[in-house]
Amino acid sequence: YFQAPAYHLILEGILILWIIRLLFSKTYKLQERSDLTLKEKEELIEEWQPEPLVPPVPKDHPALNYNIVSGPPTHIITVNGKECINFASFNFLGLLDNEKVKSAAQASLKKYGVGTCGPRGFYGTFDVHLELEERLAKFMRTEEAIIYSYGFATIASAIPAYSKRGDIVFVDEAACFAIQKGLQASRSNIKLFKHNDMADLERLLKEQETEDQKNPRKARVTRRFMVVEGLYMNTGDICPLPELIKLKYKYKVRIFLEESLSFGVLGEHGRGITEHFGINIDDIDLISANMENSLASIGGFCCGRSFIIDHQRLSGQGYCFSASLPPLLAAAAIEALNIMEDNPDIFQTLRAKCERIHKALQGISGLKVVGESFSPALHLQLEESCGSRENDVKLLKRVVDYCMNSGIALTQARYLEKEEKCLPPPSIRVVITVEQTEQELDKAASLLKEAAQSVLN
Amino acid sequence: INHIVHNGGLYKRPFNEAFEETPMLVAVLTYVGYGVLTLFGYLRDFMRQWKIEKCQNATEREEQKDFVPLYQDFENFYNRNLYMRIRDSWNRPICSVPGAKVDMMERVSHDYNWTFTYTGRVIKGIINMGSYNYLGFAQKAGTCQEAASKVLSQYGAGVCSTRQEMGNLDKHEELEKLVARFLGVESAMAYGMGFATNSMNIPALVGKGCLILSDELNHASLVLGARLSGATIRIFKHNNMQSLEKLLKDAIVHGQPRTRRPWKKILILVEGIYSMEGSIVRLPEVIALKKKYKSYLYLDEAHSIGALGPSGRGVVEYFGLSPEDVDVMMGTFTKSFGAAGGYIGGKKELIDYLRTYSHSAVYATSMSPPVVEQIITSVKCIMGEDGTTVGEARVQQLAENTRYFRRRLKEMGFIIYGNEDSPVVPLMLYMPAKIGAFGREMLKRNIGVVVVGFPATPIIESRARFCLSAAHTKEMLDTALKEIDEVGDLLQLKYSRHRLVPLLDRPFDETTYEETED
Repeated sequence: YFQAPAYHLILEGILILWIIRLLFSKTYKLQERSDLTLKEKEELIEEWQPEPLVPPVPKDHPALNYNIVSGPPTHIITVNGKECINFASFNFLGLLDNEKVKSAAQASLKKYGVGTCGPRGFYGTFDVHLELEERLAKFMRTEEAIIYSYGFATIASAIPAYSKRGDIVFVDEAACFAIQKGLQASRSNIKLFKHNDMADLERLLKEQETEDQKNPRKARVTRRFMVVEGLYMNTGDICPLPELIKLKYKYKVRIFLEESLSFGVLGEHGRGITEHFGINIDDIDLISANMENSLASIGGFCCGRSFIIDHQRLSGQGYCFSASLPPLLAAAAIEALNIMEDNPDIFQTLRAKCERIHKALQGISGLKVVGESFSPALHLQLEESCGSRENDVKLLKRVVDYCMNSGIALTQARYLEKEEKCLPPPSIRVVITVEQTEQELDKAASLLKEAAQSVLN
Repeated sequence: INHIVHNGGLYKRPFNEAFEETPMLVAVLTYVGYGVLTLFGYLRDFMRQWKIEKCQNATEREEQKDFVPLYQDFENFYNRNLYMRIRDSWNRPICSVPGAKVDMMERVSHDYNWTFTYTGRVIKGIINMGSYNYLGFAQKAGTCQEAASKVLSQYGAGVCSTRQEMGNLDKHEELEKLVARFLGVESAMAYGMGFATNSMNIPALVGKGCLILSDELNHASLVLGARLSGATIRIFKHNNMQSLEKLLKDAIVHGQPRTRRPWKKILILVEGIYSMEGSIVRLPEVIALKKKYKSYLYLDEAHSIGALGPSGRGVVEYFGLSPEDVDVMMGTFTKSFGAAGGYIGGKKELIDYLRTYSHSAVYATSMSPPVVEQIITSVKCIMGEDGTTVGEARVQQLAENTRYFRRRLKEMGFIIYGNEDSPVVPLMLYMPAKIGAFGREMLKRNIGVVVVGFPATPIIESRARFCLSAAHTKEMLDTALKEIDEVGDLLQLKYSRHRLVPLLDRPFDETTYEETED
């Protein structure tokens, strides 16, 4: 027979009653979202008014009316109907107008037509692309190179291919917009360090090290990267690469170097900042540059060791999901490389011209020169701001207009004011190319002095 | 609302789209195939780790061995063990104009696709069913090429400056006016890269506090643009208008998550033709929904501009709608115009705003002049403004080619996805081994095809994708069809169990067919 203690039976009885109660009670509803009736919902839909798709842009917005260039943007440029000497296009080596480059592009046009009609994976790989990649890799003395069809997309696709959510990237404050977009797409932790300030960078790295010691398991899988530019577009100066290499090995951080302005400008043979400082190219993990400045073509490339570059062939978004570079532009780039290799003395000439104008522009009252003496892309900023950015921009526009009316084409450096992380102050961009003669350089300098005198005083 | 009547009222012509279901046996065998490959993958990884097999991967530098590894081992598992085996189907180098017939450089691999060597021989006259050459403008001679050549000698190849600085040439202004006229919109703006057009302009249009409703199968550029904008993204089922309506209703009624504030604006992202499915967007219904719920429509016509519509003006003309209903008409010049770049067309306020605030106008180099000239000449040709009827003839030829090709393939018994009128024809392969086999067998027979697998498609739905062109003559199509028939028999690809008779008025949700006696 069944013998059990009394408390056991009572407990079971209570449990059974509880189950019966639960079975028959109403179901427990989570906060029902449809507390609204159908009629109320329709009213809400009726009432909702969206913002207009785009806010209206005032007609006199400085960026709305573009300068119209009729004819080729070469050394002598016709802007808004006036003929000027071009101090605004990044045509550093003067290859935009070069006959050999144009005839190489013509030959390619006759052989391949204009477009490639497909991405690299689907019959969009031409022998010209392969040749250009080989030549770039050989020129930069790396194992492999990969080309993109758009300069902006190069670094903006390269960074997210390696750095993912949870990784850490240390980037300079003055990094250009393409780098910022690449970082945003990568969703990694971004740590900004003050421009060219190695002490600040080391402080951030040390902080990261102490963090790592608290959580070594996480630290073992978190990748770290440093993104710097060879020659900064926004400030015109170079990064201290030897110190960065030292920090790289000390804190085990990989370096991505963006060389859009320094490729074809710095170094004895134009190989960029690594040649300028005499650093072994294998110490840099990835070099990215665009071909739109010195090579006077369109597109960009990344070069480095095969271990690193090959990954982008499947994970670089701008490479896999976009049509490849039109062959005529690739042929133009190859010919431009040939010219660079055959005439290594143009780099020295360019640097001499930069030094000359840098000296000549010193001492303009009201404007200060921002940039290294050998940088071909300088900024002229106002020494004293007049209060608001808008007024500064208007003032600089008057200086630029004065110069354009007298035959020197200049432009203001354009930024997206709301989107930049560290917005540089308004400035006039002065670009030096190898085609400008000494008289023209002197004329530009004196004209700028005059303009500053008349407008700013 | 009676759906049949509403449906019939919106669509002026029959909308025939079909996605036949995967046969059960095929699905099971596909999973088994992937399972076997994965097992072998683990085995090979194991052998490589224990040095029994030579590791041919590139490796990290000696000095950097103690850095955190750059790639996770598992990330590359698919790459090393599955993709590597059939890698020769992709990145095939060509050395002629990508027209209807193309010359390919022969390459061989002696170590199972780890490295390739070029034998130096050129395989000539491969029928090109892979390039996006819908209207046949990829030509190395002719009016377009001559005009581009003239502009190249006058302007040079590059521009070296951005649109807002010194890179705005008179050619760009000419192009934008022409594109606006072609599309029937107030104003247009052109950019150097189609991918960048999406990824740099969507963030300029929407931001935090806005809602983006994006189709399941949208292109990577639209997804990237939506992510970079910072807006909330919600995904609706592919081409499914009920799913879209439900999302719209919920969004307006409930507002932003947690704060319940009303959304600032709602943007619907759709494409004209989806390149992996071959389906066409249900534009009349999308526009009806957009008007009812006061949202904005962004239409990406990358594949459909030039390829659909009686005069090649794209999916809006195909459905007989007005371009004013679409708020942002975006497209690319790479596919039907034989050039490179993208454009956005719309009202003047929109384009003025983009000229000021688009990332591309401020920071990216403008388009190369010979490319611009190619677009100008080809657009004029399509519009008939160059004095010939070449453009019109090409648009007709493409439509005929599409119908003929799709009909023949269906009759042979293959499973073909997508809309009757779309020049993108996906042919289902399903099994991983057949992906590589199909590509190689077709190449042996001198036909170049594109095969796609995971991750561009769902894992069991790998396919071969044919892109028809107005440059394909009937003889070329017949040759291709004969070879496809042969290879289909050889690889047992004729999975279709129905002879489809698609309904003229397709109801909203299910895909139904009537079975006919064979």
